[in-house]
Amino acid sequence: MRSTRAVIVLPAAIQAGEPFEVRATVAHAMETGYRNDDAGTRLPRDLVRRFECRLDGELMFAADLFPAVSANPYVAFWMRLSQPGELSFVWRGDAGFEHRELRRITLS
Amino acid sequence: MKRRTLMAGLATWALLPQAQASEDAMRAAIRRWAGQDPPPGPLTLEMAELVENGNAVPVRVAAREPVLGLALFTPLNPEPEVIHVAFGPAIARPEFSTRMRLARSQRIVAVARAADGRCWQTGLDVIVTLAACVEP
Repeated sequence: MRSTRAVIVLPAAIQAGEPFEVRATVAHAMETGYRNDDAGTRLPRDLVRRFECRLDGELMFAADLFPAVSANPYVAFWMRLSQPGELSFVWRGDAGFEHRELRRITLS
Repeated sequence: MKRRTLMAGLATWALLPQAQASEDAMRAAIRRWAGQDPPPGPLTLEMAELVENGNAVPVRVAAREPVLGLALFTPLNPEPEVIHVAFGPAIARPEFSTRMRLARSQRIVAVARAADGRCWQTGLDVIVTLAACVEP
């Protein structure tokens, strides 16, 4: 499998019951299948198709992505936690692409 | 706007990929996601209305009441769907942000779906000077 990289940005301190923004990006070309290389050969489609964020296993945010999403797909959303928990992130796509991240959330 | 930027935009326009969605294809895609033709409703769709580079355009969609999901559609990119989003119980606000490609100037549409089955939509006209999809 290709080695991949993702960036997840969370506030430095998260308070119980207070909304906070989660920003997630994964390094991926999101090749649309509509572009040609310099020799005129069509570049095959290679997309991230699905992003999920779970809190202790329960699905909290899901996104189906299409070719119109830019390279290095970025999504941001707002969460609110009443108790500490573990956020798991997964990106899945063409050619068996999969990238996972875990973030333990402690509340202050 | 600089003349060179404008010329580059027009040159790119002429090289548009043959595949292109349409208003009809977009309406069909919205119907598939929403199960209906949603009426206009209160929904925030934030995006720069004049975009120099269509490769990565920040966009934010926000509902003003709790919803199950939000989605973005485009009539003039090669395909009508952009992103479909679904929310779980720990989501604090019915909104999301992303970055999208714009193949040309067009009217982007956001649709919301509530738990009781109601759906509504809003649109935003965006002008693109340098399009996406054909750029290396």
